[in-house]
Amino acid sequence: MDIAVETKALRRVYRSRNQEVVALDGIDLQVHRGERFGVLGPNGAGKTTLIKILVTLLLPSSGEAFVDGLDVVRQFRELRHRIAMVSGGENVGFGMLKVKEQLWMFSQFYGMPSAPSKRRIDELLERLGLSEAADRRVSALSSGMRQKMNLIRGLITNPRILFLDEPTVALDVGAARDVRDEVRRWMAEDPSRTVILTTHYMMEADELCDRVAIVNRGRIVAEGTPAELKQRVQQNSIVDLQLSPGGRLLDTLRRVDGVTAASVLEQDGTDRFSLQLSNDAALGGVMRAVEGSGRQIQGVQKREPTLEDAFVKLVGRGMAEEEQA
Amino acid sequence: MSHPSAMRIFLKTIVARAYPRFVAAYRNRAWLITETLLPLVGTIAMIYVYRALHAPARFLGFVVLGGVLLAFWQNVIWAMATQFFWDRGAGNLELFAMAPTSLAAILLGMALGGAYVSLTRAATILLVASVLFGVSYSLSGLFPALGVFVLTISALYCLGMLLASLFLFYQREAWQLADAMQEPIYFLSGFYFPVRSLGAVVGGVGSLIPLTLGLDAIRQLILPGTPQFIPLSVEVLAVVAQIIAYAALSQISLRHLERRARQDARLILRST
Repeated sequence: MDIAVETKALRRVYRSRNQEVVALDGIDLQVHRGERFGVLGPNGAGKTTLIKILVTLLLPSSGEAFVDGLDVVRQFRELRHRIAMVSGGENVGFGMLKVKEQLWMFSQFYGMPSAPSKRRIDELLERLGLSEAADRRVSALSSGMRQKMNLIRGLITNPRILFLDEPTVALDVGAARDVRDEVRRWMAEDPSRTVILTTHYMMEADELCDRVAIVNRGRIVAEGTPAELKQRVQQNSIVDLQLSPGGRLLDTLRRVDGVTAASVLEQDGTDRFSLQLSNDAALGGVMRAVEGSGRQIQGVQKREPTLEDAFVKLVGRGMAEEEQA
Repeated sequence: MSHPSAMRIFLKTIVARAYPRFVAAYRNRAWLITETLLPLVGTIAMIYVYRALHAPARFLGFVVLGGVLLAFWQNVIWAMATQFFWDRGAGNLELFAMAPTSLAAILLGMALGGAYVSLTRAATILLVASVLFGVSYSLSGLFPALGVFVLTISALYCLGMLLASLFLFYQREAWQLADAMQEPIYFLSGFYFPVRSLGAVVGGVGSLIPLTLGLDAIRQLILPGTPQFIPLSVEVLAVVAQIIAYAALSQISLRHLERRARQDARLILRST
């Protein structure tokens, strides 16, 4: 199968005065052409470092990386014609410019002739429902509109490989859906196009990606289709517990016999624990631990495993959990 | 895969990067006050100093021409050389660096866009101060002076690219250095007095800045009686040599420091 992105023993170390941080610790990865490939991992896992190396903004400390068959270290000038990157929460460009002016400006850095560039911009603005904002100043856009504009910036130059770094972070549901829909549509137009996506949102990865790699502490801990990864927790019972707020309970629950993984998310004043049990009998021990904590049970639900559950099992904690730690 | 030629991308980048500056100048006219009236006040203040000292009339011309070229120096330092520092913070630098264009083209675009404001500021100072204080110039030297002006500005922008490459690498430290160097540069370049007053050694050091020799040459051409620092022809040749040297050095430096910046993660806002 044709390879779009390949890394071999890729390692990146950041050095400051007295400190070394190993951001990537020997990443071996193959992404096939035409794939939507997700890179998942908690904060600090190395996702963004990986992307920044692949888009030629950062040199690896050792190892090799090839994008579209080109070496990111030695052939970076040629490679830059073939790729684009869009990051979530981007505030790039110039607020004084109108949307279509800003998009035109970025297209010129790739040498696009102005007339086709403007036609393409109009077409993409229309597709993403931004036509009415074409003459609005960038500084006046909502965050959702701004992110759609950023996505258009990434698409105008018709890259062979598009890198999306948390593209829907902080977007409302509708705007995030529009972004995902456009990514799908763009891929469908040409089967040789490839998307590499990092995301915090497991549902997004599950919905959008053909394959995913889970990265933790600079290493790939699992790789496969979302279905394959979910299969890894298929033999477990997944139980969600909604509890009233209280003291620390997560570590206690993790020590209960039969609990193989646990994560917690605080939402709307309720602690939502997600537990993976090796058998249903473990639920008794869980309930005793909850009673002992003095918390009120507000809901219990057994459900099918999700990619988030696979992530918790592989990484040892939930994606949102470390943000709230 | 066929791509647009490197030259085409280079030229399109210059125009595209200049565009936001033209647009900003057009859409937000506050600069007409901050970039013309306020610097004019500074120039006029210096003129009053000379008048209070009963200096010869040509000294008023020194100040006016110094004020004119000061506009371009400030454009080079603040709107070009230090710009990557701000661009990095906004995330623009990542997008500039990963496009198949050159950072030199981005810098030239910034310079071109900023030159519009600088030209307006320079023209305002030249016209208003000259008319208000009756400064007269030798018409015979006007066209050669214009030629020297173009050479000087070219050398200045090449120096600006060299400084920008250093700023790209050293970031905040370099920005602070530029801030700290501002007054010494004004002094060494002889913005408000003939550079000959500084003596051979200090004037020689100041001559590393293209403005020093260019300004002195322009003064010699259109303000008869300007004390000669070095012969006019030598000054012009030196400015030409500076264009070549700074252009070459800036290209080498930009390439080298861009690579170092990729190595040391200075192009990106770090987040693992």
